[in-house]
Amino acid sequence: MSVRIFVPQDAAALALGSERVATALTREIEARGLDATIVRNGSRGLHWLEPMIEVETPEGRIAYGPVKASDVVSLLDAGLTTGGTHALCLGKTEELPFLKNQTRLTFARCGIVDPLSLADYRAHDGLKGLERAVTLSPADIVTHVTESGLRGRGGAGFPTGIKWKTVLDTPGDRKYIVCNADEGDSGTFADRMIMEGDPFVLIEGMAIAGIATGATKGFVYIRSEYPHAIATMTQAVEIAHKAGVLGSSVLGSVKAFDIEIRTGAGAYVCGEETALLNSLEGKRGIVRAKPPLPAHKGLFNCPTVINNVISLASVPIIMDKGPVYYKDFGMGRSRGTIPIQIAGNVKHGGLYEAAFGLTLGQIVDEIGGGTATGRPVKAVQVGGPLGAYFPRALFDTPFDYEAFAAKDGLIGHAGITVFDDTADMLKQARFAMEFCAIESCGKCTPCRIGSTRGVETADKIAQGIEPEKNLALLADLCNTMKFGSLCALGGFTPYPVTSAMNHFPDDFRPVPLVEAAE
Amino acid sequence: MNLHVSSRDIGERTLDIVSEMKSLEGPLLPILHEIQAEFGYVPQEALPIIARELNLSRAEVHGVVSFYHDYRDHPAGRHVLKLCRAEACQSMGGDALAERVKSLLGIDFHQTTLDGAVTLEPVYCLGLCSTAPAAMLDGEVHGRLDADAVRDLVAEVRA
Repeated sequence: MSVRIFVPQDAAALALGSERVATALTREIEARGLDATIVRNGSRGLHWLEPMIEVETPEGRIAYGPVKASDVVSLLDAGLTTGGTHALCLGKTEELPFLKNQTRLTFARCGIVDPLSLADYRAHDGLKGLERAVTLSPADIVTHVTESGLRGRGGAGFPTGIKWKTVLDTPGDRKYIVCNADEGDSGTFADRMIMEGDPFVLIEGMAIAGIATGATKGFVYIRSEYPHAIATMTQAVEIAHKAGVLGSSVLGSVKAFDIEIRTGAGAYVCGEETALLNSLEGKRGIVRAKPPLPAHKGLFNCPTVINNVISLASVPIIMDKGPVYYKDFGMGRSRGTIPIQIAGNVKHGGLYEAAFGLTLGQIVDEIGGGTATGRPVKAVQVGGPLGAYFPRALFDTPFDYEAFAAKDGLIGHAGITVFDDTADMLKQARFAMEFCAIESCGKCTPCRIGSTRGVETADKIAQGIEPEKNLALLADLCNTMKFGSLCALGGFTPYPVTSAMNHFPDDFRPVPLVEAAE
Repeated sequence: MNLHVSSRDIGERTLDIVSEMKSLEGPLLPILHEIQAEFGYVPQEALPIIARELNLSRAEVHGVVSFYHDYRDHPAGRHVLKLCRAEACQSMGGDALAERVKSLLGIDFHQTTLDGAVTLEPVYCLGLCSTAPAAMLDGEVHGRLDADAVRDLVAEVRA
C-alpha cells in the first residue's frame, strides 16, 4: 500500500512555505519512483513547527518540522517514507507534549484527516452525531445541547441550547441557521483552522442545528481575508451535498437542510451578529437594536440561529458521545473544552484545545514557552482587540468565562496575544480606539465619536498635554462607550484601554513638553 | 481582469452578472464581489444598473459599496500587498516592518506606486497570528516576515 505523507495546507503552514515543500516532495517522489501519496491535511496546531509534515508508519505517524523545500532531498535520503531518522524528526506526532496534553474534542480530526475526504471523516467518527440526531425529536436534540453546557464560543458565552430552544419554539414558515465565520479578532484563528482542516464537522453541526430547530437553510458567512477557508468550505459543501449529507433528505431522513457559503467584504463589525445578518441581506453592516432577538426575527425577519463556527463544530461530538461526556470537562459554569489560540510574541504559538480551567500563566509560560524574542512577558491581550490586557500579576486567573469577567476581562474567542517588555501600553490603548474608529458601523454615537475622541485624547497624553485631565477624560470616555454603545464594538473597546491604564500606569505617565530652543 | 473596458462593456457585463445572481437570497454582496472580480473595482457605471435590477435606490447601492473596505472605486495596481496591522503582528514588530515596506515602495497605505505595480493596503488580521508578522500578496499568504522577507516581496512585485 502506498505510504501517505501529510503536508499541511492550512494557511499558517502555507504562509511558512508548505506549498513549496509539497511541490518539491511531489517532484522528488516521482523522480525516485517511490510509492507514496501526498495528503494535504489541516494543521495540527503546532505552528512554530510548521510546515510540519508527517508520514504514516505501522507504529503511528512520525512528524518532521519545520521543513523547508530544500530539506526534502535529505529527508527522503534519510528514509522519510519509513519514518527514518533525520535532524528534523520530532518523533511520533501523538507523543509530542504540546499535543499529548490536550483534550481534543472539537479539533479531534483537525490535522489528522484529509479535509475533503468524506470517507476519512466517517472513518474518524464523523457523521455519528448527525446520524443520531436524525433519529431524535427536535426537542430532544435541543435538550442534549442544553445539558452539555455548551456556551457560545464566539465570545458572548450565551448558552447555545437556550438559543436553539427559542428558535424551535418560535413559529415560522422559514428558519435559518447562520454560522458566524467572520473571525476578525487579532490573535484568533480557530475558526479558520477548523474550516480548512475539518470542514465537515461544521457542516455536520449546522445540519444538526437545522434539524433541531426546523431550519432548512444555512449560511456560512466567512470573512474575505480567509480565501483558503472559503475554498475548502465551498468544496466540502458540494461534496456533502452529493453524498446526501445535505439536501432534501439529510442522510436519507425526511429532513431537508442545505448550506450556502457567503463571503464578507472586510468589515470587522460584521462579526457582530445583527450586523452580519444585515450584511447577508445585502445591506450595510449596521448593528440592529435588540429586541427583537435574531432567534425571533433574524435573517429576512425569520427565526434564526446565529452561532460561531466553534460552537457549531462542537455539537457533533456532543450528539455522538452525549451531553454528560462533554459537560464533564471544564470548571464552574464553563463546561467542555475551549480551543485556545496562542499568538503574538510567543515561542510555541498555535492551537491548544483543553478543558476550561488552565491558568493564564500555565498557558503563556508553560504551554507557550514565553516570548519568541526571549524577553520578559509584559502583557497578554486575551479575547482579541476588544479584550483586556493582563499583566503578570493576573496570571493566576483560570481560563473561565466568569473568572475573567471578575478580573475585568473576557475570554472572547479564546485568543491570547503575548507582548514582551518592549510594548508601549499607551500606544496599544490608542490603537484600540483607532481600530474602533476605523471599524465602527456609525449607528451609535458613543462608538462612532467616542473612538475618535479617544485617539485624540491618547495623543494628548502621549504629548504630555494636561495629562491628568486627559487621563480622567479618557476614563470617562471609556465609561460612556462601555455603557452607551449599542454593541460589543463600542461597548468592549474600553476593555483594552482601561486595562492598559490600570495595570500599566507607568506607560501613561506624562512626558514633559519639549520647549523649542530660543 | 481587464482594466480597459468601455462604459458600454461595463453595462453589459454588469447586467449579465446581475441577471445570473439576482435569484440568490440577499444577492447584493455576491454581485458586488463578482463585479469587482470582473473589473478589478466596482465602476460607478455599474451602480445604476444594479439598483434598477434589484429594485433598490442608487443611494442604497452606493451606501453598501462605500460601507465595506473591500470594494474599490478605482482599479488597484497590478499587485496588491496587504500588510497585517493588528495586535498580534504589532507584538512581533509589525509597525516597524510596515514603515520599512512603505519606504521601500515609496508610498503610504491605500496608495499605488506611480508605475502601477503595487497597491499597499492595511488588513486587520489574516488569522496568521501565531506566525506574525503576516502579509498577503495577491491572495498568497506570508508569515514570520522580517526585513529580508519583505525586501524579497517588494522585489517580486517590482519585477
